[in-house]
Amino acid sequence: MSEDKKTIVVFSGDLDKAMAAMIIASGAAAMGNEVTLFFTFWGLNLLRRPEPVSVKKNFLEAMFGWMMPLGARRATLSKLHMGGMGTAMMKYVMKTKNVATPEALLHDAMEMGVKFIACSMSMDVMGIKPEELIDGVEIGGVATYLGSADDANVNLFI
Amino acid sequence: MTDYTLNCRGMQCPGPIMELFKQMKAAAPGDTAAISVTDMGFKKDIEVWCRKTKNTLVSLTEDAGVITAVVRKG
Repeated sequence: MSEDKKTIVVFSGDLDKAMAAMIIASGAAAMGNEVTLFFTFWGLNLLRRPEPVSVKKNFLEAMFGWMMPLGARRATLSKLHMGGMGTAMMKYVMKTKNVATPEALLHDAMEMGVKFIACSMSMDVMGIKPEELIDGVEIGGVATYLGSADDANVNLFI
Repeated sequence: MTDYTLNCRGMQCPGPIMELFKQMKAAAPGDTAAISVTDMGFKKDIEVWCRKTKNTLVSLTEDAGVITAVVRKG
């Protein structure tokens, strides 16, 4: 199997963009690549547990936490969301066409050995605590990402 | 030598190559896997997959919207 490496910065928490990132990540893993995903800013929301976790937060952190989606299942389309109608329609179409849900794609990617790194600085800014993240996610900084990116031959920012 | 069969019909990208990858990882060199897929992108994908993962594409056929590839490990 090939020894190539790929890295993706998952900046967006949008449903469509997250799906693209997860499909590329899983596909690369299925080509025998070592894949590292670095989740930062809105992308972090994809890694949140679907249920609220009781952690100590200050007022602003709590506000952020309340306004941002809890996990990949609640991600919305970057275009044509239309107050939820567009996203619901897209999810319906994808289901009829047997396209995996973003949370399933995320799970599959992890199962394929894709590494998930959550950006510590964004976590701090957005008030996301480690306990709020799904299992299997490591926490790292920009050096962790750059270390992986240096060794990779494909590097995407989604 | 074992001949595996994978039915990935109805599965969307990247499902089929993920299944094939898992199967080939578990297989011994020389084993083959016959995979049937309805995703139209698979025809091009499988050739690249074999080249990049250093496996051999033994045959690639299409019949009534079903693409069947036989891949040998190694």
